[in-house]
Amino acid sequence: MFYRRAGIRHTSYETDSRVLPIPFERRLLGLLVVLALTAPAWLPGLYFSSYLLPWIIWSAAALSLNVLMGWAGQVHLGFASVMAVGAYASVHLVRAGVPFALALVGGGLAAALVGSIFGVPAVRVKGLYLAVSTLALQYVVDWILVHVPAISGGAQATLQVPAPRLLGWELASDTARYYLAFAWCAAVALFTLNMGRTALGRAFVAVREKDYAAEVIGVNTYRYKALAFWISSFLGGVTGAVLAFAYYRAVTPEQFSLDVSIQVAAMVITGGLHSVVGSYFGAGFVLLAPIFLDRFLRAGTALIDVAVPSATLAQLPLVLYGSLIVGFLLIEPLGLAKVYDNVRNYFLVWPFGYARKSGLGR
Amino acid sequence: MTEIYARLAYPAELAANGALLGLMYALVALGIVLVYKSSAVANLAHGSLVMLGAFVTWAITTHLRFPLALALTAAVLVMAVVGAGIERLALRRMVGQPLIMILMLTLGLEIMLRGLAPAIWGASSRPFSIGISQDPFFVGPLLINRVYLAGGALALVLMLLLMLLFHTRLGVVLRAVSDDYVASWSVGISVERAIGLTWAIAGGLATLAGAVWASVQGIDWTLSLLLLKALAVAILGGLDSIGGAVVAGLLVGVLESVISGYLDPLVGGGTKEVVAAVVILLTILFKPHGLFGREIIERV
Repeated sequence: MFYRRAGIRHTSYETDSRVLPIPFERRLLGLLVVLALTAPAWLPGLYFSSYLLPWIIWSAAALSLNVLMGWAGQVHLGFASVMAVGAYASVHLVRAGVPFALALVGGGLAAALVGSIFGVPAVRVKGLYLAVSTLALQYVVDWILVHVPAISGGAQATLQVPAPRLLGWELASDTARYYLAFAWCAAVALFTLNMGRTALGRAFVAVREKDYAAEVIGVNTYRYKALAFWISSFLGGVTGAVLAFAYYRAVTPEQFSLDVSIQVAAMVITGGLHSVVGSYFGAGFVLLAPIFLDRFLRAGTALIDVAVPSATLAQLPLVLYGSLIVGFLLIEPLGLAKVYDNVRNYFLVWPFGYARKSGLGR
Repeated sequence: MTEIYARLAYPAELAANGALLGLMYALVALGIVLVYKSSAVANLAHGSLVMLGAFVTWAITTHLRFPLALALTAAVLVMAVVGAGIERLALRRMVGQPLIMILMLTLGLEIMLRGLAPAIWGASSRPFSIGISQDPFFVGPLLINRVYLAGGALALVLMLLLMLLFHTRLGVVLRAVSDDYVASWSVGISVERAIGLTWAIAGGLATLAGAVWASVQGIDWTLSLLLLKALAVAILGGLDSIGGAVVAGLLVGVLESVISGYLDPLVGGGTKEVVAAVVILLTILFKPHGLFGREIIERV
């Protein structure tokens, strides 16, 4: 119907290896980019600064983690601490007088360094043990952040973030910071979309599917595992810095606690491992669903006039968030990306349902 | 001579209380080990099961006014049903899924339960007692916490019971299941029932651990934070070793208590969590299968 084609029939390698092989999706993406670029003009302020802005930044975070979990298949339950390293490093660099653009890269490099330490256990163990060791490293990094006054500015302290100046422009307004976040998010998305087409991305996938089989076909498993941790941590670190500069504008260790790590992992899982569009869905879902469900519930209880204790209402977002993760894993383990894929596959050949469908999970 | 005694009293007291505290960590870890031993699933929701167990025990004693022993029994039964229910409704459907999914599922359950219990019974911390006085108890010059003593004893008793369990017919079934699902099916073992049963037992264990811990720190959501300590204990001992959990519990408890006793005044607190985390990291780096875990050699 929308796609106006019956399945995907490539006639040249060029069309086969395009980032987005379906014309309708390219147009849809173009429309979305235009909508996103003009968002400051038409979206109400609250939605803009407290929903859209964090959604875009957290999508970049989910994409960064997806490189590691979805492409290279390494479990990571301490990603927020990697982002924290990026945020703290870049804020300190800017405060020390380094230009903002360089500070972003510096934050990314610092995060990549620390993130590679997270990858050290991956050389020896995998699966559950790797997951638990990243969990443990999160505690260690958190502790160091809180207890080294040179980093956090003392226990319980909040580090103020100076207004960033990018190439001479001062990013003073919400709109300017939104464009910064949008540019970074688009860059990460472009990188991950293209990574799937390169030797690097294919090596990651080989390592994920079976590490010794990857060795057999000549992929150096250690090297690519380390590389996956490095790349993902670099992207995560810059995202953490963007988060600090564009959204929080003050850094505290609590912004990057274990709960946040689990939240990012939940974004990747509910969105769909190994899916770029899924990371956007997942980030939006994990971030916004509890807010809207909570609102909905409050309105509902007010409507039918049931007195629910406020303590109960306060806990409900947590319950909903947990049950959404559980529900997703049980009902659609491949995440929202698979839901989208199902819808697309249906409409791709609609109304000729008997035609061959394609699996283009991107 | 007396001077030496005086200097040794502080570390000795830290070590003794740490050892008992470690046994209480082992009490929590036993549930994780039991589930891992039978189904190779690391239950990251065990911390909140402990919390839920404490809440259920509290609810039964206050609302139904059961005497403590009866309330504990009832709570253990309720939590056994909860444990078996989690297995039946959630974990069983995840068999064959990648490990990330199963870990995320237990984490999701953890988050859900952590919100659910305070949503039902209220978020404020409430005191709880299992009928053990808080009076100081001296062994020679050492001051020992009576609740810790009871908890440590309970951990040892439960360890013995679980070890005995694995030598009964049922235990042999569980060991067979943990070795190989398909082989167990082919000799007529109901793998589903065996794993469901271990989850039920784990639910019961969580309740006992919850009741003991509740009498130490009261009942609120922070009980679920015991997960990290229990994981450290379970991994150091070897995820599939019941005796290992107790030995590792002693080690982790002593290390944590002594290190934080000396370091906390210097760095301003918070070293306890880090000790557990460092124990996990060092174990995984140098001896991934723990002190007593079965080594399955696999090249990574």
